[in-house]
Amino acid sequence: MSAARSCRPPRAFAGLFLWHQRNTGAQQIPCRFVNLYRVASNRLITFQYFNFLKRMYVTQCNKDLSQRAKPKSDSVVSPFHELHQLDQEKKVVHKISPVSPIPQSWSEMSSRNELTEMKSAAETEDSVIPVGAESKEDRQWKEMKLQLDDLPGILARLSKIKLTALVVSTTSAGFAMAPVPFELTCFLLASLGTGLASCAANSINQFFEVPFDSNMNRTKNRPLVRGQISPLLAVCFAASCGIPGIALLTLGVNPLTGALGAFNIFLYTCCYTPLKRMSIANTWVGAVVGAIPPIMGWTAATGSLDAGALLLGGILYSWQFPHFNALSWGLREDYSRGGYCMMSVTHPGLCRRVALRHCLALIGLSTVAPVLNITTWTFPIISLPLNLYISYLGFRFYRDADRSSSRKLFFCSLWHLPMLLLVMFTCKKSVPEKEDKGDLPGGSNEMAMEIRLP
Amino acid sequence: MAAARGLRAGGCYRCRRPLSSASSCSSSGSGRAAERPDSVGPGFRPPAHSHSDWIGPPDKLSNLRPIIFYVPPEESALERRLREARQEAQASNQRFWARHNRAFHQEKEEFMYSRLKAKGLEMRDESGQKATLNAEEMADFYKDFLTKNLKKHLQYNRDWYKRNFRITFLMGQVALVRALRWLRRRKKNVEQ
Repeated sequence: MSAARSCRPPRAFAGLFLWHQRNTGAQQIPCRFVNLYRVASNRLITFQYFNFLKRMYVTQCNKDLSQRAKPKSDSVVSPFHELHQLDQEKKVVHKISPVSPIPQSWSEMSSRNELTEMKSAAETEDSVIPVGAESKEDRQWKEMKLQLDDLPGILARLSKIKLTALVVSTTSAGFAMAPVPFELTCFLLASLGTGLASCAANSINQFFEVPFDSNMNRTKNRPLVRGQISPLLAVCFAASCGIPGIALLTLGVNPLTGALGAFNIFLYTCCYTPLKRMSIANTWVGAVVGAIPPIMGWTAATGSLDAGALLLGGILYSWQFPHFNALSWGLREDYSRGGYCMMSVTHPGLCRRVALRHCLALIGLSTVAPVLNITTWTFPIISLPLNLYISYLGFRFYRDADRSSSRKLFFCSLWHLPMLLLVMFTCKKSVPEKEDKGDLPGGSNEMAMEIRLP
Repeated sequence: MAAARGLRAGGCYRCRRPLSSASSCSSSGSGRAAERPDSVGPGFRPPAHSHSDWIGPPDKLSNLRPIIFYVPPEESALERRLREARQEAQASNQRFWARHNRAFHQEKEEFMYSRLKAKGLEMRDESGQKATLNAEEMADFYKDFLTKNLKKHLQYNRDWYKRNFRITFLMGQVALVRALRWLRRRKKNVEQ
């Protein structure tokens, strides 16, 4: 019976939890489930160009243990301390820092790490009064020469490798949930193609946003902002990822998946990125961008756009809102100064309403899953506590509208999604009957042939 | 490889002339300009033997990193166009963000002052610590500031996208020309 079950892709969910680990490493998520995988995920990070992730992870753990010994603004304040007329500015920045921990915990911990790396020489001399101030300043000037040793790390940051890993894991989830026997090659091709497409989209996004990224704390250590790579190289990298990625999906998997991948790249780079600075509609477009990868996983497996694919996409779509709206609540100052049109700044009431609405929608969508024969009826029952909990936090965020409720909702969303997908997978309706029936005709044909042959 | 060299960070546009924009000089610290009145840009001087651009720490007001471009002795017309485009973009960005950020901080101070006054508090309390408003109280200011500056941002976005595309396209052309030149030279060497 369990031919389908035996083809279960453990690595897909290891991938999910790996992503999960990277992002929740700093947070005291009181989840035993998470702790089980902590050791495993440490060992998984072995590639050389993932070293920055490893360092980040360790740093996060240490910071956790020491209760964030140094507020982020300290490293930001150091270049300012010489200018007296901007004294007020500095103090203001210093005070606003408590709001920003939300983005720190998200994928930008590596940026903080790089900032501390870069400024470590500067910072140790900060205590010395400006005798050597000029030479310290001079030391911060870097030659704009591409270092080949640093290139893997630079490209990883350019392609937002952690976000890409998340996207690939949602694609794997979509692939795993499809009601067809599991094919390893197809799975690997779909994952690789989606990963390459995501790298391309992220690189183009960074290429477009250099001056804006420079002005936001969360993004000011990106490679293009720091001049570690030229815009031309960034575009070439994006092309060299995107074209093979889409080609791989179109030719190696199926044209539908390739078309979805190309559409997603277009949506992200040409719609979402410019729209961020024009209208709050960008959040909805961004949610669609996040919903397409699981749909791609499903279409990669089945070759068609079924109701199941749309349901999975719908779940990811709804998830984006509590996740992003809660995150953006703490970034209002940066968004306002940077000129980003986000609901949290311009329509705070709508921001919280939409987050709550979509938390509740998750409950509804989970109930639809067995109706569409994707899962058994145990899924809505088991997922109900999860969805109720995130809805409760969504309600608290709606009612209280403060930093702590937004942070709670954001952190919950980080573990809620992998848990939900895992529960969905375990409650997946198996596809045994088709295979058994499939064997019989073949067998009987053979027997028929045997009878015919003399 | 010439292609790699051409694609290298900044494309190595050889301009030893620092930023010619006066605004960047004034915004990056009047003290420095006073010390070195002959240098128009930042006080840093790249080492003489270096043939690449140099990028500095983020500017205090604009948060953008200034670049000192290297001018090669035999700079072609195309390379010069690229360098000038990059310099102009840098100057324009610097002007915009310095002015914008200054306005932000100024208006923020004014807002905080008026709000604190309404609450009956002073800007600094007894211990001399600066009084602050929390994020919820500042939310009104953030919303107003963003809505007020939206048109300005739309204009700037258009301008930035155009410049960015033009610069990248020029970089591509320069890289291509250099690659072809290198290939031609190699072919000549092989023939010899």
